[in-house]
Amino acid sequence: MKEVFARYDTFPKLLLRNAERFGDRKVAMREKEFGIWQSFTWKEYHEHVKRFSLGLSSLGLARGDKVAIIGDNRPEWVWAEVAAQAAGAVPLGLYQDSTLKEVAYVIDHSDSTFVVAEDQEQVDKILDIRDQLPKVRYIVYTDPRGMRGYDDPQLIDFKEVEELGREVERREPGRYEQQVGASGSEDLALICYTSGTTGFPKGAILSFRNLLTMAVNLMEVDPKRETDEFVSFLPLAWIGEQMMCLSSALLTGFTVNFPEKPETVQENIREIGPNIMFSPPRIWENMTSNVQVKVMDASWLKRKMYEWALPVGYEYADTLFRKEKPDSLLQWKHRLAYYLVFRALKDRLGLLRIRTASTGGAALGPDVFKFFTAMGVNLKQIYGQTEISGISCIHREGDINFDSVGKPIPETEITISEAGEILSRSPSVFLGYYKNAEETENTLAGGWLHSGDAGYFTEDGHLVVIDRVKDVMHLTDGTGFSPQFIENKLKFSPYIKECVCLGNARDFLASMICIDYPNVGKWAEGRRISYTTYTDLAGKPQVLELLAKEVEKVNATLPESTRIRRIVLLYKELDADDDELTRTRKVRRSFVGERYRHVIEGMYAGATSIPVDAVIKYQDGKTSQIRTTLAVHDL
Amino acid sequence: MPLLRIVDLHLAFGGVKAINGVSIEVGRGRIHAIIGPNGAGKTSVFNCISCVYRPQGGAIYFEDRKITGMKPHRIARLGIARTFQNIALFHHMTVLDNLMLGRHLFLKRGAFLGGIHIGPARGEEIENRKAVEDIIDFLGIENIRKKPVGTLPYGLRKRVELARALALKPKLLLLDEPMAGMNLEEKEDMARFILDINEEWGVTILLIEHDLGVVMDISHRVSVLDFGVKISEGEPAQVANDPHVIRAYIGEEDDFLRELEGRGN
Repeated sequence: MKEVFARYDTFPKLLLRNAERFGDRKVAMREKEFGIWQSFTWKEYHEHVKRFSLGLSSLGLARGDKVAIIGDNRPEWVWAEVAAQAAGAVPLGLYQDSTLKEVAYVIDHSDSTFVVAEDQEQVDKILDIRDQLPKVRYIVYTDPRGMRGYDDPQLIDFKEVEELGREVERREPGRYEQQVGASGSEDLALICYTSGTTGFPKGAILSFRNLLTMAVNLMEVDPKRETDEFVSFLPLAWIGEQMMCLSSALLTGFTVNFPEKPETVQENIREIGPNIMFSPPRIWENMTSNVQVKVMDASWLKRKMYEWALPVGYEYADTLFRKEKPDSLLQWKHRLAYYLVFRALKDRLGLLRIRTASTGGAALGPDVFKFFTAMGVNLKQIYGQTEISGISCIHREGDINFDSVGKPIPETEITISEAGEILSRSPSVFLGYYKNAEETENTLAGGWLHSGDAGYFTEDGHLVVIDRVKDVMHLTDGTGFSPQFIENKLKFSPYIKECVCLGNARDFLASMICIDYPNVGKWAEGRRISYTTYTDLAGKPQVLELLAKEVEKVNATLPESTRIRRIVLLYKELDADDDELTRTRKVRRSFVGERYRHVIEGMYAGATSIPVDAVIKYQDGKTSQIRTTLAVHDL
Repeated sequence: MPLLRIVDLHLAFGGVKAINGVSIEVGRGRIHAIIGPNGAGKTSVFNCISCVYRPQGGAIYFEDRKITGMKPHRIARLGIARTFQNIALFHHMTVLDNLMLGRHLFLKRGAFLGGIHIGPARGEEIENRKAVEDIIDFLGIENIRKKPVGTLPYGLRKRVELARALALKPKLLLLDEPMAGMNLEEKEDMARFILDINEEWGVTILLIEHDLGVVMDISHRVSVLDFGVKISEGEPAQVANDPHVIRAYIGEEDDFLRELEGRGN
């Protein structure tokens, strides 16, 4: 890969190379539409990018301009990105479920002059806040549905832009190739806005060198092949998806598949049967809890088989984790378990052909990790941040330790500061935050990238990430604990969707829990407990008892001093629309602490029930009132 | 020339006069709403248009052709499709099958050729599947394509029923309370779909609806029925201020009326 990067050091150059190398013989992208997987070859991919790029230039997009892209994962999203880069502009992605405030902030802060929006919904969003976006000159939409009635000189169809580009090409053949040839690895490739657990998002500026060296180095230790299939369903605004869909796909030439709709992802993964996968923990956690629920519903025989196979798988996984070779009896048992249960299970989840899968973005519960290893899915933990173009550490083949995030990838130096913070240095470290010199200086102080994560190295050179430096909490007696670590353990329960552990500067640990509505609902139906809404279900005493038992199971695995003593079930799910979670679904602790302050105070004041009178905000800005009483359970 | 013309329609069940001399004209490309209290005869008008009932007097013209007295299946062939107040779908069949069934009018090959799926029957099925997928995409129900209708929540079934009616490629779409029993979000989605069907596909829509907010927002024209008589007709704002309409409800202390007045101001 290194040689490839040496010769083709930008995305547009790589695309041009792939178009010449594969032409119409190899599929670059697939998109499911009208119930059928529609494919685009590398040549078509290149043609679209070329036309769109020239079209943007003819509309006045200049070198150094910024292009904001918002929408679900579609080929057009990727085309627009590479097209902007080919024109010398800098693309940036927006999360498609962002609130208006966030969208307005990022578009304006980035000085975007063009916005590429997927459909009417996204266009309406932009039009709603147009008065806050004086720099925006054109809004390009990719899906013309519902757009007929719009008469606005700023709006333009994606296809129209491509048409303009075709004109330019006819007039000036070779212009595109010349532009692409002039681009270099030090050019800005992307501004990646990080979700930010606090305050407004920050825009990390990344060059082609940053992005491509990261992908090259990662592939040294976790190779991807030209023949691989990949399903792209996580936000393209996220660095992880950028790494797979753009850097890696362009370098190796594997096929990227886009699902029909967010709701059909699971089904579409199964249809494609990807060879490589990269997802944050919540995806793996969801799969695990889905399996557990489905097993509860399965026939007696299947359930018995599963109950026999799972411990065999766990034993097998544990042996592997200890880096021992399973004895022949265990090998036979595991083989039997594989053909009886795991193979079908993997097939159902669409993981049958997975050669290498990784998880990152947050810590994955050890139990989930073990579950997939038991099934025979080659799951690896990775670690990194947007500021280092995605990934800096990964488990090596056959060297898995589910407490750790593996070892640094080539050309990457990692060290632990005196304060216990993880610092790194590599050619992939970003150039700085856009228009934020102060933060840039703090983050890059002393030539090291400061991660803000607390961690340590094990004796065999694995990096272990404990938590955010500022998130390690202490009880009044000084006992330190990582709330996230405990939360991850709790979330392995199929009945717990989200939870928040409390206890900083308190006498004991307590937890606010959000039930998993479908799973607890199913449990309740099985016991003829009737309920109407989420709030109602979460308020049932039987449900509280069920959840208390789940917490007790986790408590048994924790040291005495950091066990959870009191719990309440919240009346609503934590939601990114209420600013309670980040867009990547991390809990915003300080915000949640403020918002549920009286619940928390109530728990620590020893109350047995806490009255609630709250307002819920929906995505479209509407609100509704909730009045209820939360029961506190002691453990 | 109006697309649909109802002229002096009379319908009685024994001594009960359900419709008493109603005349309505529905212009091509419009969204026309019929409102009125329970038992005003709204659904009866629909049943007369789709020839489920045979009126005792008056006539209905579709594209200037008299349709009263025709068989219901001929009506469908002319280009009139409808949805029902109580969902009329095959609950054990998948969404896709229900929609394909909605296209049966366009299947010209017999059961035999269709059954063994060869030659022209195959091409025909592919063509119809394309049309159905177009509708699935339009209404955003890709994720439930293969689900049995009976397992779907109510709001989605309503959407599937709309899809089934659209599969007929109608010129006129009759919607009987498309928003009944829906929550706010579902209603907004449905209103959006109705507008899109009208604007993008050019389908004329005649709808019955109790949610006045929706009616006033999306309709071009509104007819008000009461006890089988048309008491008012016009633009939404005009109807809301019509003294006849207001008088018809005075004394009933009806939410319906209060809302109507509120809208007018």
